[in-house]
This record gives sequence, C-alpha cells and structure tokens, in this order.
Amino acid sequence: MKIHEYQAKQLFSKYGVPIPKGYPAFSVDEVEAQAKRIVAETGSDVVVVKAQIHAGGRGKGGGVKVVKGGAAEARKVAEKMFGMQLITHQTGPEGQKVRRLYVEQGLAMERELYLGAVVDRDRRRVAFMASTEGGVEIEKVAAETPEKILTVHVDPIVGLSPYQARTLGFGLDLMRHGKDTVAKFTKLLNALYELFVKEDCSLCEINPLVILKNGDVVALDGKINFDDNADFRHKDWEGQRDVDEEDPVELEAKHAGLNYVSLDGNVGCLVNGAGLAMATMDIIKHAGEKHGVAPANFLDVGGGATQEQVTKAFKMILHSPKVKAIFVNIFGGIMKCDVIAMGVVAAAKEMGLKVPLVVRLEGTNVELGRKILSESGLAIQAATTMSDGAAKIVAAVGTVGGAT
Amino acid sequence: MSVLVGKNTKVLVQGITGGAGSFHAKQMLEYGTKVVAGVTPTRGGEKFEGKVPVFDTVARAVQESGADTSVIFVPPPGAADAILEAIDAGCLLVVCITEGIPVIDMIKVRRVLEATQAFQRSEGKPITRLIGPNCPGIITPGACKIGIMPGHIHKEGHIGVVSRSGTLTYEAVGQLTSLGIGQSTCVGIGGDPVAGMDFVDVLELFQADPDTHGVIMIGEIGGGMEERGAKFIKEKMNKPVACFIAGTTAPPGKRMGHAGAIIAGGKGTAAEKMKALEDAGAKIAPTPSDMASTLKSMMK
Repeated sequence: MKIHEYQAKQLFSKYGVPIPKGYPAFSVDEVEAQAKRIVAETGSDVVVVKAQIHAGGRGKGGGVKVVKGGAAEARKVAEKMFGMQLITHQTGPEGQKVRRLYVEQGLAMERELYLGAVVDRDRRRVAFMASTEGGVEIEKVAAETPEKILTVHVDPIVGLSPYQARTLGFGLDLMRHGKDTVAKFTKLLNALYELFVKEDCSLCEINPLVILKNGDVVALDGKINFDDNADFRHKDWEGQRDVDEEDPVELEAKHAGLNYVSLDGNVGCLVNGAGLAMATMDIIKHAGEKHGVAPANFLDVGGGATQEQVTKAFKMILHSPKVKAIFVNIFGGIMKCDVIAMGVVAAAKEMGLKVPLVVRLEGTNVELGRKILSESGLAIQAATTMSDGAAKIVAAVGTVGGAT
Repeated sequence: MSVLVGKNTKVLVQGITGGAGSFHAKQMLEYGTKVVAGVTPTRGGEKFEGKVPVFDTVARAVQESGADTSVIFVPPPGAADAILEAIDAGCLLVVCITEGIPVIDMIKVRRVLEATQAFQRSEGKPITRLIGPNCPGIITPGACKIGIMPGHIHKEGHIGVVSRSGTLTYEAVGQLTSLGIGQSTCVGIGGDPVAGMDFVDVLELFQADPDTHGVIMIGEIGGGMEERGAKFIKEKMNKPVACFIAGTTAPPGKRMGHAGAIIAGGKGTAAEKMKALEDAGAKIAPTPSDMASTLKSMMK
C-alpha cells in the first residue's frame, strides 16, 4: 500500500526524521491559510506548493512550484494545480488528477543526496542505500553508475549498528559539512530504521535528502510503501488510504478478498492460484498475440474461495466493457471445481452472459463441476487443457470481432 | 527414495484444531501420512479425530510423539512465532503453509534459522530446513503428503518438481501423471519474498538423490532466486531440468497475487530469468501446457 508524501512526512516527524515545516491542504483557501502560517513561523515569503499524488517525478510534470511571494501567490499557484491532470513517467499518458496539496517552507540547500531503505529479498535483510546522486531516479543511478550507491544490510536482531551509519555518512562525504552533520545523519538513519520496522514498511525513500547551509540534514521528499501482509497490526492504515489514487476495480476486489490487477487486453480471466493466474495471462498472450488477443486482467480467486467470492469475481469481469471473451481456468486443489462452477453459473444467470465463455476445469470434484456447467444451459465451451482453452479463446474473440 | 520426506516421516500439525489445520490434517491422515501429534496452545490433552494427541507446546509434542517434522497452519499474526517454536523444539523439517506473514517477521525467522543451521553444521549434525511460508507443502507420492495439495493427481516415480506456485505445481504434476510419468518428490517453496528453502537448496537434494532422474522447476517474476538456481544447474547438475517462468505478461511494479511476484526497479523480469536458465542448459517450456512434455523430450 502506498501513501502520500505528506503522510510519509507525518511519520518521519513522529520518529524524529527532520522535515521542513509543512501542512497539507485540500482547498485553495486552505493553501492560503497554511502558506500564511508558514510565512509567520519562518519569517520568509518563500513557500513550496507540492501536488500530492502517489506517482513519482512530480517536479518535472509541473506538480511542484516554489513561490516567492507568500500566501497570495501560493493561492494563485494552487488555483491552477487543483484539478490538473498531472502527467509523470509513472502515471501513464492520462496522468493523475490532483486533489490534495502540501504547502511547505522553502529551504536554502547546499547538497542533494539519496537515502532509501528496502527489503533486500536476496540477502533477506533490510538494506539502506545512500548516494551522492540525489534528486534523480535511483534506478537510473543503479543502471548507469552503480558504484555511486552505497549499501549496508541490517542484522534484524542487532539493529542498525553505529559503524554502518558512519560508513554511509563518511561515504557521502558528510565530513565536509563538519562532524555535527555526520552525527545528525546517524540519528536520522536510526530513526528511519525504527520507522521501517515498527510501521512494517516495504520501502522508505528520501529523495532528495538535503544538507542545509547550516549543516542540518532534512528530508525534503518522502515516499513510504507499507507491507500489505502486516495490515492486521496497523488498524490506522485504512484511514491513510487515498481511494482516488487506486484502481476502483482493484480496490473492490481487495475488499472481496480477491487478488485482481487491471490490464489492457480483451480477455477476462478467472483463475485459482497466483502462479496459474499469471501463466494463464502468458498463454493467452502467447496464443493471441498475432490476433489482437490479450488478457484484460489478472484474477486469482485464491485457494479457499467461497461460491459468493467466485460469483463476485465473475461479476467484476462481466462488468468490464473491454472484455470480449472470458477464460475460466481452474486446477482444483483445496478449491473444489463444483464451487467454482456454481459461482460462475450464479453470476452468469444473474447478469446475463453476452460474451463467449471458455472453461477449463481440472482437479478436485472435476466431474461434479463439469456436470453443473453442462446442465446450466449456458453457452460454455469446455477446454481440456490450458493451451486448448487459449486456442478456443483466440477463436472466440475472432468470432465476436473483439480483437484490438 | 525421495527427498526430505518419506514413509517414516513423523509429522506434527501446528494449528490442528483450526479450520484449515483440521481439514488438511484429516486429508493427510487419509493419504497415509504419519500424523503423530497436533499442537494448539491451551488445548493440550485433547485428541484430534479421536486418535491424534494434541499438546500445548511443540517441545512437548516432539518429546511425547517423536515427531521430526512440523506443518504449520497458524494464522499470520502467530505464524512466525510458530516457526520459531518448531525450530527450537528440534523439528528438522518445518513446513509453513500460512499465507500473509509480514516480511519483517520473516526476516527475523530467517536470521534465527541461519544461526541454528550454522551451529548444527559446526556440530556435524543434520540441519533444520524450512519450506514456505505461503506454499502448498511437500509430497512424496505414495508415502507422505505434508500440506494442502490434492494427493490423487500424483504418481510414484522419478521426477522432482520444485515450484514457487501451488496451482502451477498441480498443473505440472497433472501433466506428468497423464503422460504416465511419476514423481519422486514435489516441493512447493512458496510465493513470499523472504522464505526458507530456495531453488538451489532443493535442486541440490534432487541432484544427490539417486531416485530422481529429472526435474521440473517452476519460477515466476520477482527476486533473483531463479538466477541463482540457473548458476547451480550450470555448475553442479547433470540431470535434465525443464523450466517454466510465470509472469511474462505481468506489468512492472504490480504485485501479482504472491507477495514476492513483483517486478521492482526493472529487476526480476521473466525474460531475464528464462535467459539465465537457458544459458545454464535448462530447457524452457514455451507455454505452461508444455512443462511435462518439455522434460520428457530431454529424458533419455
């Protein structure tokens, strides 16, 4: 789960990671009021207005403006920014609508650095990465000049050791700002590690981390992703979720206990198991690539889905206007084929089935499942294997003229 | 012969009185697995299905029943603790089925597991192995089923299967069995980013097992486990390995069902993994329907 910059900074502040003075604003009036407050607190007319969307690269897309004329000018900038479709390299061509802004004090910085914490799955540790190349995409630095990224791995039982923090601090040449800056950096790292573990993050990124003229170390930006598996011990996460930033169908699926990802194609897929669901997408693409046939979604109903969940899943696929045919691919283990069959039939009868449906059933209670489907009166094409199913799907999309 | 589990494996079930635990404990008993004990804290003294004794702690269960293997059905909040308890009680194989354990918890579990293994090695003793979490388990057909896979699709034989995905394992096994090819042992290593055994650990066992003649390895997007497996295949294996990697069509940055199935920062794509495996001498099945036939074409 992703959260906004201003929410990440509230967590930074809670754990002792220094941030500039800043306040979120949800309307033009609020922007003006918050800017006034910052001018009064800092004695400077320089404020920064930042669009809050989940995608990165906001500055280049025009979503970050430095304002030198205080509250009145901040208001003018906000009038333009609210409601704009902000396009960055991470939003896709249609962009993301700006609904929230963050108003922050402007700071005179000396250097821009990069600092990030992630789970390094190959080393099975939390890793801190730091680089002198701040303010640019870290993936680009990793690809072009990997020697400029310093990494330390944290022992989960020992925690972040002082020598590790010093290694990064000296590696970033913080001594040129004085030893106080090294100490401030070390303190910030410890705070960030504590935040990462206690808040169950999968990513914490500060890009840029800035060194001010007075030697202070401040998080100028903030990005946090949470580990969804840990939601049972973070009841506050739901309140932090911004539904405007999420695909409504994916969110609906999540609430129904289904794993769903929207894709660009025209074949709706209903599968049990994440690996089989991915493989089903792959085989549709493999068979249909030359015919304009591709998967419209990833959908894993899971191992223990109820008939209601299957019905819900099938309805979600039927709802999508881009779906020209549906492929149900089940290898029943714990998931019983008859439960899937009953769910599919219930949804199809309730909503009407206007597109071709290909079903491949295998595994537990397969005979019972096939019987339910054949007696349902629905126009269902049975497939014997995944490749047979994919071939039938490609033919079916061709018949209805749904190829893209 | 087989790897890790066989006719004499004695299994205890952590979470045996819960919904999933009791259902699958019954299925395992029906398959012929020696389920010798169950553990549910506060329910010690009960009997599961009138015959399997239930204990409050894993240590007590091991002591009384002689169990050497634990299978865990404990829900996510208590699952990492359940793994630690099984390791501490001396179970040499721990199979965790639970899906949804926070990664921070698994990082700690890994740390304890690695320290335990280092000590066992220094004493010249056999090491503790963890399979999973978020996996279907392990089965040696006709001898021992530990986990949630449908037993009836399997057949005794000589092909090892190792996979990050449950249902794709069933798919591969179904294909093998329908071609008349049996399996030595099938290991589901699970779909989490931080877990127990990885491809290399299982391939090592298959290579050393005289009764395993070939291997199907099923990977997916995310991480570098397949690449490490490829290196092992190239340097240490002389048995044929057929592979399938799921997620060729997965968009980057999206978690595809499994917590570990995500292309992050441009890394962990199916194309990279397939190339590494092909370079190592493994054969890639062109579609998921061709896993068994691809391996068959490599067998002498």
